[in-house]
Amino acid sequence: MELPADVKKRLTLPAEEHFYAGHTACQGCGAALGLRYVLKVYGNKTIFTIPACCSTIIAGPWPYSAFNAPLFHTAFETTGAVIGGIEAALKAKGYKVKGEDGIMVVGWAGDGGTADIGLQALSGFLERGHDGLYIMYDNEAYMNTGIQRSSSTPYGAWTTNTPGGKKHFLERKPKKKVIDIVIAHKPAYAATASVAYPEDFMRKLKKAKTIKGPSFIQLFAPCPTGWRAPTDKTIELARLAVQTAYFPLFEYENGKYKINMPSPSKEPKSLEDFIKLQGRFKYMTKEDIQVLQEWVLSEWEELKKKAEIFG
Amino acid sequence: MAESPFKADIEKVQKEYGEKMTPGAIVYIPGSSVVNKTGGWRVFMPKFDKDKCIRCFMCYTLCPEPAIYLDEESYPVFDYEYCKGCGICANECPTKAIEMVRETK
Amino acid sequence: MPKKVISGNYAAAYAAKHARVEVVAAYPITPQTSIIEKIAEFIANGEVENLEYVPVESEHSAMAACIGASATGARTFTATSAQGLALMHEMLHWAAGARLPVVMVNVNRAMAPPWSVWDDQTDSLAQRDTGWLQFYAENNQEVYDGVLMAFKIGEHEKVNLPVMIIESAFILSHTYDVVDMLEQEEVDEFLPPRKPLYSLTDFDNPFSIGALGTPADYYEFRYKIAKAMEEAKKIIKEVGKEFGEKFGRDYSQMIELYKTDDADIVFMGMGSLMGTVKEAVEILRSEGYKVGAAKVRWFRPFPREELYELAKSVQGIAVLDRNFSFGQEGILFNEAKGVLYNTGAKPIMKNYIVGLGGRDLTVNDVRKIANNMKKIIEKGELDKEIDWYHLKR
Repeated sequence: MELPADVKKRLTLPAEEHFYAGHTACQGCGAALGLRYVLKVYGNKTIFTIPACCSTIIAGPWPYSAFNAPLFHTAFETTGAVIGGIEAALKAKGYKVKGEDGIMVVGWAGDGGTADIGLQALSGFLERGHDGLYIMYDNEAYMNTGIQRSSSTPYGAWTTNTPGGKKHFLERKPKKKVIDIVIAHKPAYAATASVAYPEDFMRKLKKAKTIKGPSFIQLFAPCPTGWRAPTDKTIELARLAVQTAYFPLFEYENGKYKINMPSPSKEPKSLEDFIKLQGRFKYMTKEDIQVLQEWVLSEWEELKKKAEIFG
Repeated sequence: MAESPFKADIEKVQKEYGEKMTPGAIVYIPGSSVVNKTGGWRVFMPKFDKDKCIRCFMCYTLCPEPAIYLDEESYPVFDYEYCKGCGICANECPTKAIEMVRETK
Repeated sequence: MPKKVISGNYAAAYAAKHARVEVVAAYPITPQTSIIEKIAEFIANGEVENLEYVPVESEHSAMAACIGASATGARTFTATSAQGLALMHEMLHWAAGARLPVVMVNVNRAMAPPWSVWDDQTDSLAQRDTGWLQFYAENNQEVYDGVLMAFKIGEHEKVNLPVMIIESAFILSHTYDVVDMLEQEEVDEFLPPRKPLYSLTDFDNPFSIGALGTPADYYEFRYKIAKAMEEAKKIIKEVGKEFGEKFGRDYSQMIELYKTDDADIVFMGMGSLMGTVKEAVEILRSEGYKVGAAKVRWFRPFPREELYELAKSVQGIAVLDRNFSFGQEGILFNEAKGVLYNTGAKPIMKNYIVGLGGRDLTVNDVRKIANNMKKIIEKGELDKEIDWYHLKR
């Protein structure tokens, strides 16, 4: 099991696996990959809370668990409240939370469980200042119930309840900016991350463990099944999302914004390839694509301005 | 790490559960998912060409299962008992050392 | 500790303090609020140690936070009423399903609309199928004693289920009465620190809790809760007896019987209204009525055996329900009648719907009910089964 010394040196992620194979995620699942990273970074002294979402299934039906860490399954809308309760209990019982040898309290919820039904509990978690980390893995729809739109679904996307028929009934609302809602609470730390950039994600996870107070990470996690994309394109799509500034990576700390990727000084890539690879966008007209492209660029300009003013 | 890190647990899981029901649906063997051999899901399998490999660990890093581990020389080993054949490793390999081929049974 | 004249809500707060609760997560709602206000005051005055108070943003989150805390091994307490309890409903199932002995005081309050803050049992009885134990207190003393016993019963290794202690809006919650509190050392001896069935802090052997149960397994998990509930009857009697032996107030009976030995007619009900009924029994007996009272303390688990024993010896049972299940009948009546169906005991039973939304039930009302029951027993047949007794005609 022990890795050779030179390999250890070159390996940018911890060698230990606390996320076990045999789990039931779909082929090429971005969320499963995200969980693997989180468990690698935090190890098993981490208490996970997972609400109703794909990860309920990925973690395993009784008597199976893909986790080598304590895990509490909870109801859809309760992640923020449950991790608040766990943290309160740890404090009352005198455990050390966070820091090098402390316990990490992690909520892991999908975009539906965060942006929609769980938004109130998330707000409570942030506002009360619980010492934990809330990770929203964003696959941009209710995938576990069979691909229905969430408020995190982008403009123009096909889902099973925005099916794009003769009357062209597609998702018509832009993606809700949950990260902005989070930042409005002025949390200790907030960041976006992507499964295509594991080093960046893992650095952010480590940071969240050292900072006192509530942290939030919105992790972009493609879903080949729900996006009607080939299973081998998960990383490519996640990378394109960053390069096109569709899902830019940035951090918010102490009132300051810092853009990680893409480079603010360069023109981001066009959305074309990102859209082309996904069946969920196949009903979009040229005008639809234009609307999405303009939204992406205007949001990107806004973020750059924030980084300039509050940098 | 030459061997799958998961193999040892399977017997334990099968032995210890059986009829035993835990209140609160408690799963008390961490990592017990390993009894589920997801390799059966696969249609395309990764074929690895060691000569092309530069040991960048990209495939190892990006495998969502994980079904890739590293041998003593730090070359990737594909665990076909769990590999679902998603093809991320092949798509991301910078030297095209991995190719997805249709599996014949 | 000296006797104190306090409200039912303060009795609940003191009991939580004496039980050394570690996490309280609660949300304000009338008439519960003074429970959590008092607990906040204990913390502010430095009267308690190692107590985390989580001022959540809803009752749903209150129960969710309690569940998280309880799964982490903490002794956990909350309180609510009516609308708040209804909002918690989903998580009440969760607490029981995950086998977490959270203790909650519910101050019975009528469900809206029309808006009402007054006494009514429908809120808590609507939660009867969630897997919570339910104890209905008659007075402030029973609120205090009930909360202490609730932790001991719920946390018992054979039970591991959440417990709801129920008191009446205003009649108990805001009415001051003498409560004989225990010394902290006495409580500590009666109620040692919690030993959880499992804890999320067990990193050497990490558990996952509440996983998906397929049709092959779910059924057995439900049976386990059913069995634990049945087991809880024994534990309730044991703990109630121990409480009586130690502190002089016996709770070994799940149904408290009051002058039923030679009674022909028994008034059966729950909660504070049984205080009035007992008073009425005294008066009616002095007037020559052969009446008694049966106060159902524990509604879940339901005391089937004790009810059967009682029913064997009486001619008529008047069930007083401060609640109603629309499309059916009073909920206690419905349950009691159902229990007796397969037994040989078949007293005449009539359902009186009383006191909804805080309407008073007086001694004179009980006398009228006794007269009505007498007539029914003489005739040998019911005039009607469900009597909306107070209805303005």
